[in-house]
Order: sequence, then structure tokens, then C-alpha cells
Amino acid sequence: MSAVLSAVPRRRAGAWLLHPAAKPLAFAAALVPLAWLVYGAAADALGPNPAEALIRATGDWTLRFLCLTLAVTPLREGLGLPALARFRRLLGLFTFFYAVLHFLGYAWLDMGFDAAAIARDIPKRPFALVGFAALLLMAPLAATSCRRAIQALGAPRWQALHRAVYAVAGLAILHFFWMRAAKHNFAEVAVYAAVLGLLLGWRLARRWRRA
Amino acid sequence: MSFLRSARQGHDHPVPSEITPRAVFEQRRELLRQFAAGSAGAVLAAWAGREAGAQTAARPGLLAALPGARSGVPGAAVMDKQTRYADATGYNNFYEFGTGKDDPAALAHTLRTRPWSVAVEGAVAKPRSFGLEELLKLAPMEERIYRLRCVEGWSMVIPWVGWSLAELIRRVEPTGNAKYLEFHTLADPQQMPGLRSRVLDWPYVEGLRLDEAMHPLTLLAFGMYGEVLPNQNGAPLRLVVPWKYGFKSAKSIVKIRFVEQQPRTAWVRAAASEYGFYSNVNPKVDHPRWSQATERRIGEDGLFTKKRPTLMFNGYEAQVGQLYAGMDLAKHY
Repeated sequence: MSAVLSAVPRRRAGAWLLHPAAKPLAFAAALVPLAWLVYGAAADALGPNPAEALIRATGDWTLRFLCLTLAVTPLREGLGLPALARFRRLLGLFTFFYAVLHFLGYAWLDMGFDAAAIARDIPKRPFALVGFAALLLMAPLAATSCRRAIQALGAPRWQALHRAVYAVAGLAILHFFWMRAAKHNFAEVAVYAAVLGLLLGWRLARRWRRA
Repeated sequence: MSFLRSARQGHDHPVPSEITPRAVFEQRRELLRQFAAGSAGAVLAAWAGREAGAQTAARPGLLAALPGARSGVPGAAVMDKQTRYADATGYNNFYEFGTGKDDPAALAHTLRTRPWSVAVEGAVAKPRSFGLEELLKLAPMEERIYRLRCVEGWSMVIPWVGWSLAELIRRVEPTGNAKYLEFHTLADPQQMPGLRSRVLDWPYVEGLRLDEAMHPLTLLAFGMYGEVLPNQNGAPLRLVVPWKYGFKSAKSIVKIRFVEQQPRTAWVRAAASEYGFYSNVNPKVDHPRWSQATERRIGEDGLFTKKRPTLMFNGYEAQVGQLYAGMDLAKHY
């Protein structure tokens, strides 16, 4: 009886996630930060150092989308909302999208697309190297995000490959930590590290329970 | 002529013929303003407004006037476009008020700049304390338009008002033991919320070799843009050493000590491998975590403009290069 009662609101709560407009809406919402930054850049509303503001903001949004992507499975299982799984690929691809913008911002605004200078600059700076490694690691995940890739790889292999996202999370936090180390300004780093730690910890705990 | 520059001549010695007549530049500014206000659309207007602002050297009219006469010191007036007052006073580092670059402008209103005095002590024949009023009258105020290069890779061009630190040094008569100067910034947790952070050992200490401190370009500044310094820029008096990274120019100074040993500065104590005592602007010696070869000029370069090359000694090589003759600048970074 009680199981039935609690299942009803859950099904209702998840219903909007299955609405045909839900995915387009999520897609549009994920583009809002970009639209805001483009407007800010065009209207000179990004402060005295707009290049720095753009690079930092795209980095922040990469971290936020990474947190959202990794939150899908815990929320889906914890809240009993299987329909959330429909948004995982979209969120993962937007993580990659903002990471690419973040890198392009650096390559364009900081380095003027000078490939030789970029190739010299990245290995010189550990924090840049770590961020670049995270971006490279994300590329195969983005490339194998379609249904056909899952079928071609087979689910177990696909899943093993996509566990690389945990390494991406670690590298991303290290990148942010090193970048902020100069000013001993770790408050924001700690927030992202706590969120990502919680999401990865939940997975470890689940694995331990199952074993 | 102005297109031919040699290192020997140094940078930017304006000759009368290359100074734009007032009527002409005012007309240009008016055109830019009309463009900014006109039909070009909000987007273009904002960038054009930035352009117009960058060229305007008029007093901002926010603080008490502090005019300075044109300086005769070589290199004292670069012809680069001046940074907007809003950018120079809204985007800077002053860790005593927080490590964010908008923190000083937001939080420095708690700094009390009157009464203020500066203790001058150590290896000098006449150690004593100078009140601010006395310092303001100690030597004639000069306007010095200097490039400012931050170690973080951005730069500005700021019209400071003050006089050469040498004026003060001569009056206290350094003894033979005076090899270096140490500058102490105020460290009062009541007035400076950033002191709660342990990012640096307070008080902020900076230092110069005596000959660097005596160089006529080394400025004790009391104002900028024809007005007294705003709190966030180091009121009521600060150092400006234009050929060194910005952090060498200590703000809100309360003590100057003449010493025999090279001072252990705040940044050397915090990270000796990253910040050296000299910290001369040098495009060939990279910071361990980033390149120093280029810089972004705040408020002037468009968003997609390539960063400009950083100049040796920030463009003051002709004036200060001889101070470092024979020194290995990669070792003494």
C-alpha cells in the first residue's frame, strides 16, 4: 500500500522529464551561459579584462556541467527518476563544449592562435598541461557518445571507456586548484572538489555495497 | 622621425612636432563621443566609449585635485594611450583588501589616510617621522606618465603625481651602511579585511637597492590622474617603480628603513622560486607558471587583439639598464 502511494508522486514528478519539449528546453538552457558571455563581450560588459573574464567563465561552466553530468546517475537512482538518464549525454556533451570554448579562449585571446607558441606554453605550465590533458581525455568520450558508437564498441567496453570521466574530474579539480594556488584562494575550488568528491564517493559506496 | 627608434635613444621622448595639437585631439575625442552616443548601436557604442575614455586624460573629478607639473626626467612621460580611470582604479591588486582584482575598489573605503605619517629609520644620519602634510610640500609635484606591467601579464598606462624618492633620501642622509631600502605597507586589521587571509606575511614589505631607489624615475606618488590617490591604489602615498613588476611598488607606506642586507620581501618569503628581489620586467625570463614575453593592455586592446610584446625593463632600458650592467638577470630575477 505504502509502496503504491509513494510511487504515484514519483511517476508524476518524472513525467515532465519525458515531455517532448524537455530535451530541447534543456539544450536551450545549456546555451544560456554562452549567450550571456557573447552578449557581455559584444556590449563590453565583462569588466576591464574581458579576455580573462571569458576564459574564466567558460572554465567555471565546464566544471558546473561536469558536476551536473556526474550528478545524473546518483540523482536518478537516489530519487527514483529513471527519465533523468535521457539528459546525461546532453550534459556530458555540453561539458565538452564549454571545455573546448575554454581552450579556444586561451588559444585565441591569450595566444592569438599561434600554434608554435601554444605548443611551447602548455608543457611549461603544469596547471595548463593538466587542463589540456583533461580536454584530450574528454574528446574520445564526446566522439563515442552516439548510439552507433555504443553498439560498435559493445556496452561493457563503452562503459569502461567512459569511466575516464572520473579521471577528467580529478584533472579538472587539479587544474583549478593549481590556478588558484597563487593567491591561496581555495574557497571555490573546495566547493567543486566537495561536490565532485561526493558524486564519486557515492559511486564507490554503491560499488562496495554491491560487492 | 618618430617612427625611427633606437634602443640608445630609449623610448618615447616626445618632440614638439609629434604632439597632437589640442584642437585636433579634442575634435577626435568629440567624434568618438558622438560615435559612442550615436546610432552605431549599443554594442558598438560600448566599445567606442571605451576608446574615447582611454584617450581622455581629463580629471575624473571624484577626489581632491593634485596637479603635477610636466616632468623633465627622461622617460617620465610615455606617449602610450592612458588607461581609463575606471579601469586603473577598479582592477588592481592590493591584497590587504582581498585577492580579487575588484576587491580593493569595493573594500578599501575603510582605509583612513589622515592623519598619516611615514617613519624613516635605519642607516641614516637624520632618522625621523614625516607627516603627510609635510611630504606633500617636500618637493614640487610632477606628473609622470608610466607604463605599469603586472607580473600577472597585464599592463596599464597611468599618469601619476608625485616626486622622485631621491628627494626624500637626500634629506635623511643615508650612511655608508645603507645598501638597501625597505618599504612597509600599513597592516591594520581594523581597516584592512584582507589581513585575515594568510596569503602573505603581513605587513607587506618591499625593497630596492639604494641606487634603484635613487634613480630619478623611482617615484613617491601621492596622486594619479591629477587627483589624490584613491584608497584602493595605495593612498595616501605609494612607490611607483615603472621598470619593475607592479608588486614592487609598495602601497600605503608607513615606514621606510635603510638597511645593509638585502630585505626579505613579502613575495620572496611567500614564494622565492617565483618572485625574486629584483623583479625587473623582463620578457626573456618567464615566471615558472606563465610566460612574461607578452602582455595585455587593459581597456585598450580589443578582445581579439593579440597580446603585445613586453619590453625589456618595461621600455625603460635606456634609463635604467646601466643599473644592472654585468648582472645575470636570469639568476637575479
